Amino acid sequence: MTQYIIRRILYAFPLLMGVNILTFVLFFVVNSPDDMARMQLGQKHVTEKAVENWKQQRGYDLPLLWNGKAEGEEKLTRTIFYQKSVGLFLFRFGVSDSGRNISADIQQRMWPSLAVALPTLIVGLLVNISFALMMVLFRNSYLEHAGVVLCVILMSVSSLFYIIGGQFLIGKLLRLVPISGYDGGLSALKFLILPVLIGVFSGIGSGVRWYRTLFLEEVEKDYVRTARAKGLTETRTLFRHVLKNAMIPILTGVVVVLPLLFMGSLIMESFFSIPGLGSYTIDAINSQDFAIVRAMVFLGSVLYVIGLLLTDISYTLVDPRVRLS
Amino acid sequence: MIILWTDALIFLLIAVILMLGFYLRGKEYIKRPLQQIARSKVGMVSLTVLIFFVLIGLLDSIHFKPSEDGRSNEIISALDYWATPLREHGEKTYSAPFASYLYSKEMMMLADGTEQWGYPRLQFGGAHLADPETEQVPDILKKALYGWIQGASLVVFFMILLGSLLREPHKRLIVSPTAKAVWTVVFLIVSINYMLVYLSTYYHVFGTDKVGEDVFYQAIKSIRTGLVIGTLTTLVMLPMALLFGILAGFFRGWVDDVIQYVYTTLNSIPSVLLIAASILMVQVYMAAHEEAFTSVIVRADMRLLFLCLILGVTSWTGLCRLLRAETLKLREMEYVQAAQALGVRRRVILLRHILPNVMHIVLISVVLDFSSLVLAEAVLSYINIGVDPTTYSWGNMINGARLEMAREPVVWWSLAASFVFMFALVLAANLFADTVRDAFDPRRGAYE
Repeated sequence: MTQYIIRRILYAFPLLMGVNILTFVLFFVVNSPDDMARMQLGQKHVTEKAVENWKQQRGYDLPLLWNGKAEGEEKLTRTIFYQKSVGLFLFRFGVSDSGRNISADIQQRMWPSLAVALPTLIVGLLVNISFALMMVLFRNSYLEHAGVVLCVILMSVSSLFYIIGGQFLIGKLLRLVPISGYDGGLSALKFLILPVLIGVFSGIGSGVRWYRTLFLEEVEKDYVRTARAKGLTETRTLFRHVLKNAMIPILTGVVVVLPLLFMGSLIMESFFSIPGLGSYTIDAINSQDFAIVRAMVFLGSVLYVIGLLLTDISYTLVDPRVRLS
Repeated sequence: MIILWTDALIFLLIAVILMLGFYLRGKEYIKRPLQQIARSKVGMVSLTVLIFFVLIGLLDSIHFKPSEDGRSNEIISALDYWATPLREHGEKTYSAPFASYLYSKEMMMLADGTEQWGYPRLQFGGAHLADPETEQVPDILKKALYGWIQGASLVVFFMILLGSLLREPHKRLIVSPTAKAVWTVVFLIVSINYMLVYLSTYYHVFGTDKVGEDVFYQAIKSIRTGLVIGTLTTLVMLPMALLFGILAGFFRGWVDDVIQYVYTTLNSIPSVLLIAASILMVQVYMAAHEEAFTSVIVRADMRLLFLCLILGVTSWTGLCRLLRAETLKLREMEYVQAAQALGVRRRVILLRHILPNVMHIVLISVVLDFSSLVLAEAVLSYINIGVDPTTYSWGNMINGARLEMAREPVVWWSLAASFVFMFALVLAANLFADTVRDAFDPRRGAYE
C-alpha cells in the first residue's frame, strides 16, 4: 500500500512538470514579456525604459531558457523558466503583478471558498441521490416520466439565470437574506445560505439524471433479483443493496473533486462577492495579472492530481475486489 | 461577398456532414438507429426546432459589404440586410417591450416653447400612434392577429401544396403521428415568428437596451454565436480525439503511455483556468498585432475562432478516453483478430474495422456536448473570457443586463429575451441528444 502511494506520488511529478511547461509556453513563448509589459502599461505611449523597469520588477528581464551571459550552472538557473518553475513547485508563488504576496492571499482566501463549496457539494449530493432513488423506486410510472422531463428542463437553463433569479427572488423581493457579501466567523452564515441554495438547485437537473442512470444500471443486476426473490421489500432492496453498491462510482466522482473545492466557483463567488479564490482568479483575469493566473493554474492541477490519488486510495478502502498493484 | 474564418469553417462543416451522409446512405447499421430517431416524436420535434435555429445561423453567416465604393468598412450579413429596419430603429436608451415612451425621463421641448420634465415618445416604437394610452393595446392585438394570420396562411398554403403533390407511398410524410407533431411545430414556429417580425416593424418587441438597440435583434444575432461555439469546437476536437484515442487503444505500449500522459496533463488543469490563460494570451497577441485586425467584425470573429480552438483543446480528452477504452475492447474481438490473421494491413484494419465501430460513441458525445458548450459560452462571456464584447451573444446580453436588475422599475427584458432563446435552443439540443443516444447506444437498445 505505502509502496503504491509513493509510486503514485512520484507519477504526479511528470504530470505537474507537463502542466508547468504548458503554462510556460502559454505565458512566455506565445507572447514575449515585452508584449505583456506593453499590455499592462497601456498600448501607445510607452517608453523602452518603462518596459524594462516593469520587466525587472517582476523578474521577467531574464532570457527564457538559456542564459548565455551567466557562468556555470547559472546558465540554466538564471532564466525565467527555472526561476518561475522552482517557485511554483515549492508553493512559493511570489508577488503578483500588482505587488501583492500571492501565497498569503491564497491562504487567506481559500477558507471562504471552502465555506461555500463544501456545503454545496454535501447538500447537493444528498438531494440528488434521494431524488434519484425516489425516481428509481417509482420507475415506469408517470411520476418518473414527469421527473425525467423536469430534469431535462432544469438542466437546459443556464446557471447564470438560477443565480440572477435566486438573487432577485429571495434577496430583493422577499428580502430574506442579503443579496451578496461576506463576513468572518458565524455571521458569514446568512451570506452563505443563498449561494449554497442556488448552487444545489442549479445542479439538480444533471445530478439527478446522472445518479438515476447509475442506479438503474445497478437495479438490473442479478444480486438485486436475488434480494427481491428472498422476499425483501423494494425499499429495503434499494436502500440496503443498490445504494451500497452504487456508492463506489458515486465515491469516485466525489473524492476527485474534494481538493478542488478549495479553488471555489468562479461565477458563484463573483456574483455573491465572496472573497474566495474564485473571485480572486476572476479579478486577476480582469486586471490581466499573469502571475496570479499562472499560480492558480498550477495550484488547480496540484489539487486535481491529489484528487486522483485520493480516488485510487478510496477505491481500495470501499471495494474489497480492487487490489493495488 | 466576404468570407470570415468562422463562415468558411461552418460551410466546411456542412460539406463534411453532407459527405458523411452520402457515404453512409443505405448502410444497414446506420439505417436502423436513424429510423428509430425518425419514429421518435420528441426527437423529430426538437430536430425541427434545431433546424430552424441553424437556418437563422446560416443566414447570418453570409457576409458582404453593403456599399461597393470601398469607403465604409462595414460588413453585414444576409440576416442584417433582411433585418435592416430592426438594426436601424435605435432609440436613445432603455425602453420596455411594446413601449411608446422612453424608460427614463428627460427635459422635453413642447410645441408652445415651454419645457417639461417627462417621458419622451420613442422615435420608432409605436411612433404611428397618435395617442398611445388608449390606442396601444388594441393596436398591438390587431397587428399581432394580422401578422399571425399571414404567417399561418403561409404555412397552411405550403402544407396543402405538399399534401396535393405527394403520392401514396410518401403520404406518411404528413399523416403519421410523428409527422403531425412536426408539422404542428413548424406551424407554430413560422406563424409566431412571422407575427414577431411583423410586430417588430412597429414596436420593439423585446424592448431596447442601454444604448437603445433592439433586444429582439440582439437575441437573433446571438443564435449564430451559440451555434458556432457548439459546432466548430466539435470540428476542432474530433480529429484529435479520434486519432489519439484510436491509436492509443490499438497500438498500446509507448504510444498509449505518451497519449495518456498528454491527456492526463491537459485534464489536470481546471478547464476554466486554461481557457482564461489562453484567452489572456490571445488578447495580448491581438494587442501586439493590431494591424492584422482592422475591422471590428474581423477582430471579433478571430476571437470567436480562438475560443472554439481553445474549447476544443480543453474538451477532447473526455472523448479520447472513451475511444481508447472502446478500441482496447474492439481489438480483442474475433473479427479484428481474423483480419490480423489474414494479413490485412494495420491501416486498413483501423479504417475499416475499428473506426466504423466507434462512430456511435463519437456521434453521441458530439450531440451531448453541443448543449453544454452553448451554456458554457454564456458563463465564459460573463467572466470576460468568452467572445469579444462587441460580438452579439447571450452571455454578453446577460452580462450587460444583470447590473440593471437593481434599477426601479426593473430592466428585465434583455434577460428575458436571452433566457427564452437560450432555453429553446438548449432544451431542443438536450432532447435531441437523448433521442440520438437512445438510438445509437447498443446497451440501451437491449432493454427495449
